[in-house]
Amino acid sequence: MRLDPAVSHDLLLTLLPELVLTGWSLVLLLFVAWRHQTTRDLRLTGWLTFVALVSTAIATWWLWWNRASVQGTVSMVAADDFRWVADWIFLGAGALTVLVSFGYLERERLLAPEYYVLLVFGVLGMMVMAAGADLMVIFLGLELMSVAVYVLTGFDRRRARSAEAALKYFLLGAFASGFLLYGIALVYGATGTTNLGLIGTQVGALEASRSSVMLLAGLALLIVGFGFKIAAVPFHMWAPDVYDGAPTPVTGFMATGVKAAAFAALFRVLNQAFGTLTTWHDIVWWLAVVTMIGGNVFALSQRSVKRMLAYSSVAHAGYLLVAVSAGGSPATSAFLVYAIAYTLMTVGAFAILQAKGRAGESDVTIDDLSGLATRHPWLSFGLAVCMLSLLGFPGTAGFIGKWYILIAALSAGQNVLAAILVLTSVVSAGYYLPVIMAMYMKPEPDETAHLDVRLDRWGRTAVAAVVLGLLLFGVWPNRLFDLARSAGGSVQPSSTSTAVSPP
Amino acid sequence: MFDPKGFFWFFGVIAMVSALLCITRRSPIASALWLVVTLFSIAALFVLLDAQFIAVLQVLVYAGAIMVLFLFVIMLLNLGRPGPSDIKGPLGLGVAVLLGAAMLFLLKPLGSATLPTAIQLPAGSVAALQQQRGIVGSVANPLFDAYLIPFEIASVLLLAAIVGAVVLAKRKL
Repeated sequence: MRLDPAVSHDLLLTLLPELVLTGWSLVLLLFVAWRHQTTRDLRLTGWLTFVALVSTAIATWWLWWNRASVQGTVSMVAADDFRWVADWIFLGAGALTVLVSFGYLERERLLAPEYYVLLVFGVLGMMVMAAGADLMVIFLGLELMSVAVYVLTGFDRRRARSAEAALKYFLLGAFASGFLLYGIALVYGATGTTNLGLIGTQVGALEASRSSVMLLAGLALLIVGFGFKIAAVPFHMWAPDVYDGAPTPVTGFMATGVKAAAFAALFRVLNQAFGTLTTWHDIVWWLAVVTMIGGNVFALSQRSVKRMLAYSSVAHAGYLLVAVSAGGSPATSAFLVYAIAYTLMTVGAFAILQAKGRAGESDVTIDDLSGLATRHPWLSFGLAVCMLSLLGFPGTAGFIGKWYILIAALSAGQNVLAAILVLTSVVSAGYYLPVIMAMYMKPEPDETAHLDVRLDRWGRTAVAAVVLGLLLFGVWPNRLFDLARSAGGSVQPSSTSTAVSPP
Repeated sequence: MFDPKGFFWFFGVIAMVSALLCITRRSPIASALWLVVTLFSIAALFVLLDAQFIAVLQVLVYAGAIMVLFLFVIMLLNLGRPGPSDIKGPLGLGVAVLLGAAMLFLLKPLGSATLPTAIQLPAGSVAALQQQRGIVGSVANPLFDAYLIPFEIASVLLLAAIVGAVVLAKRKL
């Protein structure tokens, strides 16, 4: 199905998933305005949100099935397999977050159904980011996602830590947006366009000329802006505090959806607009090295499980940066496979953590999990699978993802990066395995230690789905590979040279 | 004799100096008023770029409406008294100046960059376009045509921000 964005009917079809979700968000807002009194209304809103996310996934699937693509290079939005697969990741992260939020919101008495509306807005922003073939669309998507997530972070208004995390995230996020905008402005100054395809056609010619200085400065500032959102190491300072202070389901959503969306946009910008440029490979190389080492070393010294997972998500950003640095379509496929695995295991880990904790879970240390296996064998099994998958243990989806990134890095000649990835993964065993050891090998401190551990039916469903997915993709990843391969091939620098017309 | 370059430097320097004063003043009121000066000089820079409509909007919306809102909020929250400075001691000042100088040094090569000729408009083409479509039309047409998608996303963004502000600020949800 070839879509011409100049025809309004085709334009609407290109934006179908976003339009469906926007429509649902308005329906949800109206519904929330009427029904916001009881716990039952909260549940109903949650289920409506779930239906909204599923129907959007179906709309995305329909476009994928019909092989929708956009004619010509000048379009505000792209329509390719990369976008559809990325959309499924965001929608899946959102749907899992809805499932684990039911019990959490009622337990913590956060009885405001606007939670789900903001969740939908966040997912919408992510989808816009993955769809954007223009720096303006990508920036607006980033802001939409960020605004929703800032508020979700501070959603627990009674706790000072939640408010502190939200304010910190908001101030630093606004600062990072400034860097991103300055970068976009400089790239516009050097090329006269914000369209990724048009930038891509000019970058090669610009590299030799004197205006490349402006282009490179813009590129550097773009990487700083995205580096903040993905929490790469020099820009990661906010991550532990914000992840720690936010309500746990929101932390899971932030660690997966926000990160995957920023990476998706970064992949599209670097490969589509700057694909012929080689300079950024070195910048990202260093970023990947310090992020992998920094994230893993800091995580080793954490006692709180939530902070440990926050630093572990910094480390995983480093592994994904290896794929960014390798560049090209195999690396893009590797990113998608890893992002799917990472989304599943991280949401699962935070869901089980919320079952153990009370009042924000900031106080759950690794020792608090001692002997959990005797009392709650299934929850312990789920957490163990998530930890092994985060570690990259063979037989789980995390291993497949890491293996695919390694292949991509090696085929791009990045041997040193691949070696550092493997070594830092070994270091990460130092903080993932103690969780499993505490659950299975240490005795329960006393009979009442785990009486408060409870996960409601839907939270258990989400965890079961995550564990099944991790094990299934771990031993049978073929379909996932096929999907990722076709999606990875669709993000490439535009080869067709078109005349540039300033708007 | 009209010299655009002289005007650019005049308003550019005013914008930079007042922006610096805006972030270094201790009193929130003084900061807000220096911000007004910055926004006015940026409006003047827009006029130099033949973007009169944007300049008017800049004065109306930013220097006018948003600044009044700022001042009201400062007044209502009773923040008028000067607070402690964010720059702690002479050491902090030294570090700030050093980092600022490093940033300027890094931006220095930008001065030698030239715009590619392919994207430079011939002289007078903006004026011709405004003659043809009107000053507002030459902004409005691209806004609702080429930039329709970003425009619509911005509306969703504002809606999300409103919902978020209500959630965070309303006394009882």
